[in-house]
Parts: sequence; C-alpha cells; structure tokens
Amino acid sequence: MSGTKEHALAKAARETAGVVLSECYQCGKCTAGCPMARYMDLSPNQIMRLAQAGDDAALERLLGCEALWYCVGCLTCAQRCPRKLDPAAVMDLLREMAHRRGKIPAAARKVLAFHKAFLDTVEHGGRMAEIPLVLRYKMKSLDLLGDVMLGPVMLAKRKLPLLPHRIRGRGEVRRIFKKCREEHRP
Amino acid sequence: MARIGVFICHCGENIGRTVDCAAVSAAAAKMPGVVVGMDYKYMCSDPGQQMIRKAIIEQKLTGVVVGACSPRMHERTFRAAAAEAGLNPYLLEMANLREHCSWVHSNQAEATQKAIDLVRVMVAKVRRNRPLRPIRVPVEPTALVVGGGIAGIQAALDIAAGGKKVVLVESGPSIGGHMARLSETFPTLDCSQCILTPRMVEAASHPNITLMTYSEVASVEGFVGNFTVTIRRKARYVDPAKCTGCGDCFNKCPIKKIPNEFDAGLGLRRAIYVPFPQAVPNKPVIDAAHCTMLQKGKCGLCAKVCPRGAIDYQDQDRLEKVKVGAVVLATGFQLWDHAAYGEYGGGRLRDVIDGFAFERLASASGPTAGLIKRPSDGKEPKTVVFLQCCGSRDDKVGKKYCSKICCMYTAKHAMLYRHKVHDGRAVVFYMDVRAAGKGYEEFVRRAIEADGAEYVRGRVSRITRRRDGKLVVLGADTLAGRPVTIDADLVVLADAVVPRPGSEKLAQLFGVGYDQDGFYSEAHPKLRPVETAAAGVFLAGACQAPKDIPETVSQASAAAAKVLGLFAKPELEREPVIARVNRTTCAHCRACISACPYGAAKDFDIVDRAGKVLRAVADVNEGLCQGCGTCASVCRSHSVDLDGFTDEQIHAELNAL
Repeated sequence: MSGTKEHALAKAARETAGVVLSECYQCGKCTAGCPMARYMDLSPNQIMRLAQAGDDAALERLLGCEALWYCVGCLTCAQRCPRKLDPAAVMDLLREMAHRRGKIPAAARKVLAFHKAFLDTVEHGGRMAEIPLVLRYKMKSLDLLGDVMLGPVMLAKRKLPLLPHRIRGRGEVRRIFKKCREEHRP
Repeated sequence: MARIGVFICHCGENIGRTVDCAAVSAAAAKMPGVVVGMDYKYMCSDPGQQMIRKAIIEQKLTGVVVGACSPRMHERTFRAAAAEAGLNPYLLEMANLREHCSWVHSNQAEATQKAIDLVRVMVAKVRRNRPLRPIRVPVEPTALVVGGGIAGIQAALDIAAGGKKVVLVESGPSIGGHMARLSETFPTLDCSQCILTPRMVEAASHPNITLMTYSEVASVEGFVGNFTVTIRRKARYVDPAKCTGCGDCFNKCPIKKIPNEFDAGLGLRRAIYVPFPQAVPNKPVIDAAHCTMLQKGKCGLCAKVCPRGAIDYQDQDRLEKVKVGAVVLATGFQLWDHAAYGEYGGGRLRDVIDGFAFERLASASGPTAGLIKRPSDGKEPKTVVFLQCCGSRDDKVGKKYCSKICCMYTAKHAMLYRHKVHDGRAVVFYMDVRAAGKGYEEFVRRAIEADGAEYVRGRVSRITRRRDGKLVVLGADTLAGRPVTIDADLVVLADAVVPRPGSEKLAQLFGVGYDQDGFYSEAHPKLRPVETAAAGVFLAGACQAPKDIPETVSQASAAAAKVLGLFAKPELEREPVIARVNRTTCAHCRACISACPYGAAKDFDIVDRAGKVLRAVADVNEGLCQGCGTCASVCRSHSVDLDGFTDEQIHAELNAL
C-alpha cells in the first residue's frame, strides 16, 4: 500500500473487513448473484463503487441508503467475487457506521427492530426462540398485524414452537453481551 | 608496458548524481599503467565514443576501461568503437558504475570511493587481457517451424519465399490449426477457410518446405546455426505414399461415434479419419485408442477396402533427425476449460458452449452446415447469451490476464447469429470492450447499432437449467445498478486463451523461457518481441501471448525475417569466451568431459607425424562451448581456463580490491 493515499473508509474496510477497496474492478458479479439486489436502492456494486470514492457525498449516500439493511449476509457475493473480495463485510461495516450515526432511513427501521429483537431474545434466553422473537419484534416495530396470517401456517408446519428452548449457560451469554456493549461504547 | 585509458561516464545524471565522476577519473589517472583519465556526460554518444577512439590512437593505448552502465547495455557499443580505432575489442572492459554503484547508493562520498575501487579492479584485469578473435561457425540454412497453424504456415511460407529450406512440424494429422475451424473472421467477415486453405496447399506444395504432420519434437541438440532436432513421426497406420485420399476407408469404418475434436465435440468422426474435408495432407490416420483392430485385433475392414493397400497396422513411431540453423516456435493456444466455474454449470450443461463450438455451429462446413442449432435438442435458439471474460481477468478460478481476442470474436458471434436468426435475441455481458485495432471499434459498434446485439455491462453470477430446457442467466447491469435475469436457449462462454498442453516441455527442450501462465517469453518485451533468450529460436503467434490473426501473421513474418537475416551470412560470429585446455598439463582425467553440459569437452589424441598416438588429452569444441566455466572449476590440475576470464585475470581483480 506504500505511496497510495487511503481515505478513512478504505482504511476501515481494509482493517476491519479485510477488503482492499481499490481491488474491486466493478464487474457486477455481486449484484448479479445477490438475492436481495432487486429490492435495493443501491446495488451491491454501486455500494462498492461509492465506498471506493469515499468522499463526504459518497459517505452520505452510503450511510443513508436502504440497501445496507436489506443485505441478508448470504455471502453469495463474496463466494463468487473474481477479485476475492467480500462485499457483505463492507455492508456490515457500513451498517455499523450508520447505526452509530443514528440516522436510519424509515424503510430500514423495521429491519433494525428485527435485529434488535433477535439480539434481545438471544441475550435473554441464551438462544433464538420464535415466539419471544415475534413478540419483541411486534412491540418494537409496532407492526402488530403484519404477517399475522403466517402464524397458523407456521404453527401447522411445526415451525413455531410454543415453548422456547432455554440453554444452561444463560448467564455466560449475558456476560458476552455485556462485554460487547462495553467494548463498543463510543 | 601497459598504456591504459580510463573513461568515466556520467550517464546524464544516473551516475553523476551520486558519484563524483571527475574525482573518479582523476583517481584513475594515477593508477599504475593508466595514462589517460577522462569523464564525459554521455560516453555512449558519438562525441563520447570519439574521445575514446582519439585517445586510443593518440596515446597508443593497449587497454581501455569504461566506467559506465552494465556491460549488458553497452559493452558491444564500446568494443566496436575500440575496434574502429584499431584496438582489439577484447582489450576493452567495462566497470559497472550505474547498476552496481550509483543506482544502489545514496551517500556520495562512499559511492565515489566504491566507483574508484570498481575502476581499479577493471584496470588490474585489463592489464592482463589478451587479444581475442571472434569464433566463426557455419550456419545450416534450413529452418524448423514447430506448429502448423496460421503462424507456422506464414513463417514457413515467408522463409521458403526467401529461398531457404523449411521443415514444418505439426502434431495433428493436418496443418491449418485453429484458423481452419473458424467460420468467419473479424473485422471484415472474410470466410476463414477461403483465405486459409490456399495457403495450406501452398505450404504443402512449396519445393522449399518439407511438411511433417502427425509429428512432434522429441529432442534438441546443438546451438544457433547448428541444431540437430529429433522429430517423432507418430504412427499413422496409413502409408501416405500409397494413399490417394479416396476416402473408402473412413466411409466403411464401423467405429462411428467418436466426438470430432475439430468440431469441438459437436460432430462425430470414425476411428480412421481426416479431421476435416479440406485437410492438408488429405490423407487419413488411424486413431489407435478407438480402433478395434489395433486394440483387440478385430475388424480390419479399412485394410480390406483400401484399393492401394496403404493400411499398415504394424506401423510404429519413427524418429527422424533434421539439421537446422534456426527454429520458429508457433505452437499456438487452446481455450481454458470452463468446468472450473461451478456457477456456470461446471461444463455439465450441454447448451453452455465455448467459442470454438459456436464457430463450428456458424461454419458452413460445420456439423450443422452453418445453421445455428443448440446441442441438446437441435432446436434453433431464439435467445443467445454471450459471456465475455470467462476465466480471463479472474485469478480466483481462472487467469489474471485479458485474453485480448474475446471482445472481438464475441461481437462477431453476436453479429453472425443475428444474420442467421433474424427474430433472435443476442445479449452480450461484458466488463469492458477492448476493441483496439484497425476497424475494430467500428466493428463492435456495427454489432450493436446495425445488427441489434444487446450489450449489458456486467458479469454473470450463475447459469441454471430450468425444467423446460431454458437456461436462466443471472446477470447484472452495473450501469443501471440492477440485476438482470435472462431466459436463454444457448449460452456461449468466451473462455480464456491459454497455451497448448506440452508447450512448457517444448520450451525446456529449446531452452526458451516461459511465464507463470506458460506463455513463451520474448527476449525483450519492447525491442526484441520475436526473439527468445535462446539464440536462433524465434516466436510466432499465440504461444507467446493471446493474439488475433493479423497480429499472429505479423509476428510470423517478423520471425521469418529474423531467420532469413540469420541465414544471410554463411557463418555466424560468436563471442570468443570459451574454455581452453592446456595440453601440456592436462592429465586426461576426463572430469571436464563428464561435467560439460553442452557436450563440448571431448577426448583428443596427440599424435606424432606417423599418426601414432602419443598421449590423450581433453579438448574443447569451439562451436559447442558456451563459456559457462564448469570445466575450469572441476579441473584438478588447473589445465582449463576461460578466455576473457582467466584465473590470472580474476586473481588480479581480487588483489586490486
């Protein structure tokens, strides 16, 4: 990397996501294979391109976009990238930056509510549990009636166990959460 | 009494920036035996050379040291200048003050002291230099061309037209190479066969060209001007002298279902076959791996129907030696195997084909007589997707480099398809269109604007086959920033260009270098693109790097010009840096003879006038010796010395430090 000027985002991407942004040659294979790309306001390759630019305007568009929150982390992009890059890891990094900044686009708030409900469930019970997750999500998102008809179908297919499984080391899991919070406090 | 001149070059600022050249020349002038010390900005320029020439004449110099760049750069230049002034050129030596000093140091005082040391070393050597004469070796004015594609054919025809003999060796049963398989050629859409087959016939009938098809290079001995190459003539099982090419044998052969390599596996051939109807020579060979007569001793039908008795099941590989003075390697390329791409079907989807398969579909002489039919069900595809950079520019599964020809042939394929299927849709996925060539950009625009090819900028992530037989292509349009899904009937992958298998082994036989991808290395990427590091071995075509036909033909003609230049003189001059045996001290232990990698050291009998052997010693063949010095280092009695680098000279250099 000697002799080249690296902007702050490029440095962060290299250090925390292991991605050297200048290596992306914009072939678009990430967008081509992404199952969520059709719902995104910025396609994965556009996110990589704006990240390469890294200026204030680019950062503004990246941190304010909905696409970040639609990435499901399936890693198809990373698996097929001919330059051995990991666009999903860049998405992760940007998501964290956007969260820290606090300005989450309205359309993404439900996604964030789901992430939070999921983590709360794990913190509380030591592992994921469907009914508590759904309840927490409804409370956070205030989307009380959405997908409500899916409930009976899932119940019938035994995808919605009524009693949550609890694990033995719940205290340890809680300690992990506590430690993470301390480490990431700004 | 030694009278030595020392000339220090500033090399512009290259040396002058870190070395005080005036101080070096002043210090040199005080060294024992030195009568002149001078420095100048550019010693290699005409005024610089004139300084040296003038000093040699006026000061009656007996030796010269030039402190400048590497001897690899300008030793030849300065020795020529010395020779013009009447000094034996081997009495001039160079001290490398650039690569060995100024370029690798920054402290001026230390660099200047080191430069003075380097000059003193060479002065000590040059005082012990002896005049040498270049060695003359005769040249065998016959060329060997390896590879019978368009590169080899062009090189052979040009050398033959220059009046020299050529041996053209081709590993397959016919010459013509990949070009014979193409339908039409960009950017003019000439029919490939129409422009190639007359040249094939010309090569076969030219009195100066000896054609050796179904043959391979087995071993190589010798050096520039005098190679002895052993050719393996593979068993054809058909005597070409008796065969008239009537075709009775391959029309009767019962083994019918062998995929034809020439048609990229789309057509079938028999066990006795000519690869294509326009083959040169138009005489069949038997594919021993598939022939039941050769495998199990059953059948023999071809021998029964042959009216000339040309079939010989006892035929065996023969080795034939040819003496040649120069070699042109033109072994060509093949397409990378896209089976490595699991996401594109891993080679298992029948309607995902490579560029050569599409060429055969589009060719009037192909298995479908020029109708575009897809391999799985023979239906005319209504949507064809072309993928560029398949295996190129992808060092994760494929190759790092750009294969150069795919942009153009994909545009041609899209165009040909639209000409043949008017209601069809041609979609091209590309990353960049690299159309740098005469008429190339215009050709691509024509494919888009006149012939309606849809160009989408993006790479394809996945190809899957749906139950109805459609190929679902998941691509991206990066310019619009959205994914694109296309239901295709046929997908053509523009696979990367890679060297032929076995090309590395051939390079080792000839002492030619190759890169990490197996492409042959030229001697200099800009100024010597046709030569190799092995003297007398030249390159033509895609064995050196991916190339299209115009470029291949240009390089083949350039290689032919180099060969003809080499053959223009009856003798070659070689550097006289060779080993010499002191016969009075040689004990004939033969250590040098077993150590010599070039077979140059050999036994020699000292005889009296009556022819009676007095004593045996070792001797060195001047033509074969490459001056590597191995013999000198193994000699136990110090009887072998290297001209130009004698023990005495090396010791003097070391003592001067």
